[in-house]
Amino acid sequence: MTAMTDSQKLQYIAARAADARVNVELETEGMTLNLGPQHPATHGTLRIVARLDGEQVIAAEPVAGYMHRGYEKLAEVRNYAQITTLVNRIDWLGSFANEVPFILAAEQLMEIEAPPRAQWIRTILFEMSRLANIVLFLGDMGVQLGAVTPAFYAFRDREFVLDQIERVTGGRFHPNFDRIGGLKDDLPKGWIADTKSAMDKVRDFCDEIEELFMNAEIFDARMRGVGVIPQDIAMQYGLSGANARASGIDWDLRRDNPIGLVYNELDWKVWTHVDGDSYARFWVRLQEVREATKMIDQLCDGLPSGPIMAKVPRIIKVPEGEAYIATENPLGEMGYYIVSQGGLTPFRVKIRSASFNNVSIVPWILRGVYIPDIISILGSIYFILGDIDR
Amino acid sequence: MTQLSTLLLGLELAYWQETILRLLGGLVALLLLTGGVVYLYLFKFVSFMQSRLGPMEAGPYGSMQLLAEVGKWLQKEDVFTENSDKVVFGLAPAVVLASTFLLFVVIPAGPTAVVADLGTGIYFVLAMSGISVLGILMAGWASANKYALIGSLRAAGQLIAYELPLVLAVVGVVIQAGSLNLQDIVAAQSGGSIFGIDAIGNPFIFTQIIGFGIFMIAVQAELAQSPFDMPIAESELVSGYHVEYTGIRFLVYFIAEFATAVAFAAVASTLFLGGWAIPEAWGVSESAMHIVGPIVLFTKAIILVGVVFWTRFTLPRFREDQLQALAWKYLIPIALINILITGILKVVV
Repeated sequence: MTAMTDSQKLQYIAARAADARVNVELETEGMTLNLGPQHPATHGTLRIVARLDGEQVIAAEPVAGYMHRGYEKLAEVRNYAQITTLVNRIDWLGSFANEVPFILAAEQLMEIEAPPRAQWIRTILFEMSRLANIVLFLGDMGVQLGAVTPAFYAFRDREFVLDQIERVTGGRFHPNFDRIGGLKDDLPKGWIADTKSAMDKVRDFCDEIEELFMNAEIFDARMRGVGVIPQDIAMQYGLSGANARASGIDWDLRRDNPIGLVYNELDWKVWTHVDGDSYARFWVRLQEVREATKMIDQLCDGLPSGPIMAKVPRIIKVPEGEAYIATENPLGEMGYYIVSQGGLTPFRVKIRSASFNNVSIVPWILRGVYIPDIISILGSIYFILGDIDR
Repeated sequence: MTQLSTLLLGLELAYWQETILRLLGGLVALLLLTGGVVYLYLFKFVSFMQSRLGPMEAGPYGSMQLLAEVGKWLQKEDVFTENSDKVVFGLAPAVVLASTFLLFVVIPAGPTAVVADLGTGIYFVLAMSGISVLGILMAGWASANKYALIGSLRAAGQLIAYELPLVLAVVGVVIQAGSLNLQDIVAAQSGGSIFGIDAIGNPFIFTQIIGFGIFMIAVQAELAQSPFDMPIAESELVSGYHVEYTGIRFLVYFIAEFATAVAFAAVASTLFLGGWAIPEAWGVSESAMHIVGPIVLFTKAIILVGVVFWTRFTLPRFREDQLQALAWKYLIPIALINILITGILKVVV
């Protein structure tokens, strides 16, 4: 017998095995598809490892952390004014909304309350960042389904909102405007009237999107009954925001726990949907945009006069203690748990961001769907990468 | 067939010289038309739909943009990925392009302006359009990329499924014209009459309106344009079967995509809109048609390409199984019924 190297032996065995398989039956094997970290559908660096059988997903696993920036740790070595700069970058489309719960938590620890005018302007900007965020979602949903045009409409009309944010704060995306005890500046002259006309344009955009998508056969076929999240599953995975409301959970922190913001004084409605599918999530967000424009109109009308800054010590030292404040951000519940030991910097900051929890449902919801539905479901769950990896 | 060069240039040429001239003329017409379509629709029409300006810098209103793009692609490195099957990978774009060019061979643009006036013209068109599947499968398999593989398999399934309604939609026209030859089909339309009125001839779009609808839907799918663009599906498969291509090979795919759109639009206008001909009742002399014919055909084709691109940039994309359901459950039965009705009427009337 001639000597065989190990690799020759392995080759021989593999060839025999292959022959045997062909003779017995035609065997198919699964395929692992890496969606991401660089993939157009993940708007960032989320990676989804999908195990496929043909076009069908057997198992999918989200791999987060490619954009982890260590904000919780960085916050421990920065003072409170500097931290707002960091947290701006968590959900980068609705930046101002990230600052608010952090500042509110710090204010609670310092037992300061912002003057009414500051609270109203905060609420206006909070809702505007919701618009800036979700208007883009409404257009982007079209891109996920293969219709490019609505995205351009979304970018066009979001600009009106961003312009208004920029005129107040000086920043389109990262305003860094919220301060402990109030706001950095008052509103510029003529801003109220311009904001109202911008809100009209956003409402027109909603009508346009509704006309384009709602009751369109292909949109219905791709969205209805796809990616259904039942109510109990949504609760188990800790979904929040529009994703929870689309599954029939009537829960909105703006109504149920409006600390530091003036939602109680406004006339508005929390929309829910019973279906829990992709369509419901889209629909709930569309209604939310409309409600937000109405809220901003009311806020502009009822804006009280007065100072925009409470009396705050020059050097901010937060007394010892801990506080958790959560608000209803564009993507869902966002909360900051701040532990202070009385120094210039927090001792520990825990950030509860909405997208991280919302994405945790991905393995459950993607099981058994087709590849195109991965994209539409991920699109409809709507996450911002910065909000997953803080 | 009278020689076109004799009519237009007053030259007496040998058959092979004449053929080369026809091929060159066809190629120039094809590339010009394709370039015009790309500029008109892909750059400008779509930009206006999406409330933006589109290219404005290269040439007046960006009209030289396409040349700039082609220049850019030609300069790029010809990348072969490490695991790709180099020969097949390199050949695949050529196969797709060949299929496109062969479509043009039989489309008449005037009384004699056709490269080859085949007796089985429309049959040839449908057969040649099927070849592109091979090129796409080659590209997808040789790329050694999972996205490309999924894209090419989707493309194969889709093109084969939609070949059927395409053929069946054409059958109605063939029955009505009584010929497979495209020149005969054109003549049947320009010389015919609807309900005894012959003012506009008898473009088959009126009698074969169902066939026309099915044909255009199937063409949309054959071209892999939205709402049937799953083989490309840039938001899910990144770019489908040509994800690994760059430079000149990508350019070839690009040309093939738009040239095929033009070709199918020309076929559709020949089959349903009367082709190059002007209704006989208008009394335009045949010698004038040598010049007017191509213009008439190109106008019709460009309008039909506009419809294709309008749809493409308006509608979202179907899912793969929904696409197959549309073909097998709706288009094919409707097309068969259309054939049945056409056949009965052909015998009865």
